[in-house]
Amino acid sequence: MNDYTSRELMAIAAAREIKNGDIVFCGTGISLLAAMAAKFIHAPGAIIFFETGAIDPDLREIPLTVADPRLMFGSCVNAGLAEAFATMQNPFLGPRVLGILGAAQVDRYGNLNSTCLGDYSKPSKRFPGSGGACDVGSFVGRTLVFITHERRRFVEKLDYFTTPGYFDGPGGREREGYKHGGPACVISDKAIMRFDATTKEMFLDRFFPGITPGDIRDCTGFSIDIHRAEPLEPPTTGELDTLRREVDPQRLILGNG
Amino acid sequence: MSNSDKVKTLTEAVSHFIQNGCHISFGGFTVNRQPMACAYEIIRQGKKDLHVYIHSGGQTLDILIGAGCVKAVEIAYGANGRFAPTCVRFRKAVENGELLVEDYTNYQMTLRFQAGAMGVPYLPVTSGMGTDIVKKWGFDAEMRRKDPRLPNRKMIVQNNPFAEGKPEPVVLVPAINPDVTVIHAQQADYQGTVRISGLTFADVEQARASKHVIVTCEELVEPGVLRAEPDRNHIPFFVVDAVVHVPHGAHPAACYGYYDYDAQHLNRYRTLASDDKTFSDYLDEYVFGVTGHEAYLEKIGTEALENIRAVSPYGYTPGLERG
Repeated sequence: MNDYTSRELMAIAAAREIKNGDIVFCGTGISLLAAMAAKFIHAPGAIIFFETGAIDPDLREIPLTVADPRLMFGSCVNAGLAEAFATMQNPFLGPRVLGILGAAQVDRYGNLNSTCLGDYSKPSKRFPGSGGACDVGSFVGRTLVFITHERRRFVEKLDYFTTPGYFDGPGGREREGYKHGGPACVISDKAIMRFDATTKEMFLDRFFPGITPGDIRDCTGFSIDIHRAEPLEPPTTGELDTLRREVDPQRLILGNG
Repeated sequence: MSNSDKVKTLTEAVSHFIQNGCHISFGGFTVNRQPMACAYEIIRQGKKDLHVYIHSGGQTLDILIGAGCVKAVEIAYGANGRFAPTCVRFRKAVENGELLVEDYTNYQMTLRFQAGAMGVPYLPVTSGMGTDIVKKWGFDAEMRRKDPRLPNRKMIVQNNPFAEGKPEPVVLVPAINPDVTVIHAQQADYQGTVRISGLTFADVEQARASKHVIVTCEELVEPGVLRAEPDRNHIPFFVVDAVVHVPHGAHPAACYGYYDYDAQHLNRYRTLASDDKTFSDYLDEYVFGVTGHEAYLEKIGTEALENIRAVSPYGYTPGLERG
């Protein structure tokens, strides 16, 4: 039995979602851990790119922002925002992209808030804003969302609707004008959630070691189906070694907790 | 005006092209190629009521907001990566109701600059339909009416007129034509031609959209140097109004190929910026307490600058202490 942190577990759970050949849109933080781990472990052909315009860089050290000079070295093309987002809006390339996003709030249909809490005109708490998240959630074939599992974050109604998931359920994206896409899964520090093919509602798919499906029901602010859930396969020694030794040896993102 | 007249001091460029209440955009992205030296000079000259256009604002935006120079901002993202999950003074100002904010996405902001650069009133995009990005405005109708530089609506959702018979909604985002744009580049020549290394972000669109452009640069070179390899150049000289030679002009942000970000300074900034008194002390020490950027760099110290010197061929500082 290995010892590992919840952050390591989240990164590895997310890395497993990345397939060889995926074009991965990456933010910073834990999404980058997941993408780099996937590339080193089982998906060497995955292409990592950033909204700032860096495409498939040679990541020798982990970048701390998407404008970090570390993601400008050894890339196939160093471009800009216009090219990065056009790639995702492009009808041939966009569906191949997996977008990894974070958020402050998520609802049962995978819609996200990364803008503010309270009234928009004078918020009680301000977050960074969309950045490219709304664009990514609008354009790409599938998204993966990272979020801490708390009732105040898994909410019935978002304080601000930043990034489209499935809106109000089946047909919601199509009605608003989106051609494809939507969240494939939500990865929290406790579990992996997916979306029902028919209702587009979030359900519990895998719970992490030490967590029960009842725990997930209790820390989710809307009713969630927990009856299909199975325990997550714990991270292997190989996966953990790669994450710790190759992806983030300085533990800049992994942290010490 | 002969072309060499474009070479200015920072003091001259800021006092001549940046007026109180002007609409201004800043290049760079979070911790890279931030026009920090220019931001510090704007603060020293006490500029007020700036209306800022920015896609992903980092250090430049945060310090200008903190110093009370900014009245309104049209923005997609206000953070500094691991160094500030949300920009500290930006967050405080919004939560205290001291700053008018209107939110867009990064692509929408890029296209708005592109539209301004192309001379069209708007461009279509398929992001954000049905979200609060479209529905919630930061500026009311009266503010829009009063300032002819603002569009009368935030954005418009309309069906694609080429797809008859079936509704195909697209979002129309209005053009931006700032009074002035400031970018920090690796190289510029005396005429004003600009070469950027690494990622261009949206700097080229921002510069082309703008009535006036100030370029600060790490290296000021003879035109023949850039013209020897024109494929690598990004902005033609006639777009640029002022060229200012400011080595380390992006510090504490990075400038790819020249220096890395100063992680210690950025971490210290985050801590000091979270309290009004210590933030005021920070401004006193690093902005008001120095006469210009050379004096600022003396204060930062040669050792700190040596620590972040970029190493070829990486363009950053391998092994830099970044915790």
